[in-house]
Amino acid sequence: MELMIAAALGILTTCGVFLILRARTFSVVLGLTLLSHAVNLFLFSMGRLTTGAPAIVGLTESSADPLPQALVLTAIVISFAMTAFVVVLSLKAAVELRNDHVDGENPNEDRL
Amino acid sequence: MTHLMILPVVIPMLAAAWLLVNHRASIGRQRVWSIFSTSVLVALGVWAVVAAQTDYHTYWLGNWQPPFGIVLVLDRLSAMMLLLAALLALFCVLYASRGSDREGSHFHALFQFQLMGINGAFLTGDLFNLFVFFEILLLASYALLLHGGGRARSRAGLHYVIINLLGSALFLLALGILYGLTGTLNMADLAVRIAAASPDDQTLLKGAALLLMVVFGIKAAILPLLFWLPRAYSASSAPVAALFAIMTKVGFYAMVRVLLIVFGLDPAQPLNAGVFLWLWPLALATLGLGAIGVLGAASLRTMAAYLVIMSSGLLMASFAMAETTVLAASLFYLLHSTCLAAVFFLLADLIGRQRSDGYDLLSVTAPLTHRWILGTLFLVAAVSMAGLPPFSGFISKAWLLQNATGHPHYLWLWGITLLAGLFMIAALSRAGSGWFWKPEPFTGRQRRKLDPARVATVSVLIGISGTLALFAAPVMEYMTATAGQLYHPSAYVQAVLGEPATKTGGLTP
Repeated sequence: MELMIAAALGILTTCGVFLILRARTFSVVLGLTLLSHAVNLFLFSMGRLTTGAPAIVGLTESSADPLPQALVLTAIVISFAMTAFVVVLSLKAAVELRNDHVDGENPNEDRL
Repeated sequence: MTHLMILPVVIPMLAAAWLLVNHRASIGRQRVWSIFSTSVLVALGVWAVVAAQTDYHTYWLGNWQPPFGIVLVLDRLSAMMLLLAALLALFCVLYASRGSDREGSHFHALFQFQLMGINGAFLTGDLFNLFVFFEILLLASYALLLHGGGRARSRAGLHYVIINLLGSALFLLALGILYGLTGTLNMADLAVRIAAASPDDQTLLKGAALLLMVVFGIKAAILPLLFWLPRAYSASSAPVAALFAIMTKVGFYAMVRVLLIVFGLDPAQPLNAGVFLWLWPLALATLGLGAIGVLGAASLRTMAAYLVIMSSGLLMASFAMAETTVLAASLFYLLHSTCLAAVFFLLADLIGRQRSDGYDLLSVTAPLTHRWILGTLFLVAAVSMAGLPPFSGFISKAWLLQNATGHPHYLWLWGITLLAGLFMIAALSRAGSGWFWKPEPFTGRQRRKLDPARVATVSVLIGISGTLALFAAPVMEYMTATAGQLYHPSAYVQAVLGEPATKTGGLTP
């Protein structure tokens, strides 16, 4: 399971970073979403990976650490709100600047 | 434990909530509420500064004991920052109430949310809570930056939002690493456990410390991460940009707090030494780049943005010297530079409104009304900002340079700071002479009215610089005690966790 989580984190982060470095706002927003997924998974797994253990101390012999679950819940809510905001902002920018380049103008097209 | 401590967070939150619910209220009532709430914050700031002089104050939210619950900690540094933020915000909100708040909706609600985030970040003693307050202040700042709309703001806003979202992701990664290794996120508890960490964990802990430095570096505008700043600050409206002058200082505050308290408890081998090694050259480079930017800026707002970068470069460079006396001097410089940077953003707007053409562009020589009043204000602000006597700029810089002589590489700081000061004098005198001496007298038919309230706001804010110079001795005393407190993290840990927890290292996981 460790290998699977590590691989998932690695792939998500790689794709996220690749997409963030693109020049179009749409792929940057997708990249940010993937990266925040990776970060949330990472934060979640920091309470150590356990199976079949409830997140309540004292109920069974082994219990999962409840705190990362609470932390990740907060992080998910925040990243969800931020993603919504950045989607609206990039739509607004695309409409106002008439293109979806992250710099507001495409250096190869607009300056001809 | 006193409940007054939570008020700097609760009051702006309630004010913002009221303003959002009653968004149909007339703009006058919104202004009254906003100014009232900010004035209360100033009073609370004064209380905090007085209260912090005796001892640490802690506040357990919901009476949950640390390290389990979230704890607010008031010490000298956070008290000073609370007062500075509240004062600055009061001037910004007064200036905005003269019309800038009508450019879009919900200005005052957003403003109060921003203050809530800033105050929370100064008070919290928990790293995850710091993240949450950072997000609150960032989300409010995104909306404030875009307030009023327009192409330039959308363009600058996109960069600002994306780089800060990336910063938040890195922040969470660092928190994840720290939690995974130590099982806590309370700063005091974290400090104890990091000091007792096994040698195997050192590399990961150092990685987390460097990640946190990158995150705070984005906020504080350190060299490779600062290119969002000039565009964002120069695109936003004047009072918003003036309030943003404190935002880089929030980054600096977080850096000081986390590096000195969380990573600095172990006196033999503090983890923060590795971070200072990186911070020193980068901060000096930031200072140099800021100076070049000031000289090359095309408008006063861009120049003010580079002044912000310069001041934060100097702050971080002096912090990286890791000496108590230097930190004390740089905290004095923080007060001065925050007020003056805000003054320049407001002045750019004030002068821009009186010019017949070009707003605040330096290349345009346009006739200007009321050039005597505006010229005097500009002169005093420029003299103070450039670090010439007799204002606070001179005192803080002289004190800083004087204290830095103990450091082996102090000549680097001296050289770059003095050269940057020279660049600043050249740029400011060019701007002033081009605006106030070159143009023909104003002959247009309509004399634009100078808004006395706006002028008064800016004058009083400049007056703070003079006051800091007049009462330099007590301020310096306060700063010396603050820096001393920051370099004794064991007292902080003891104040938060209490005596027994310090000995056993909290609860074993």
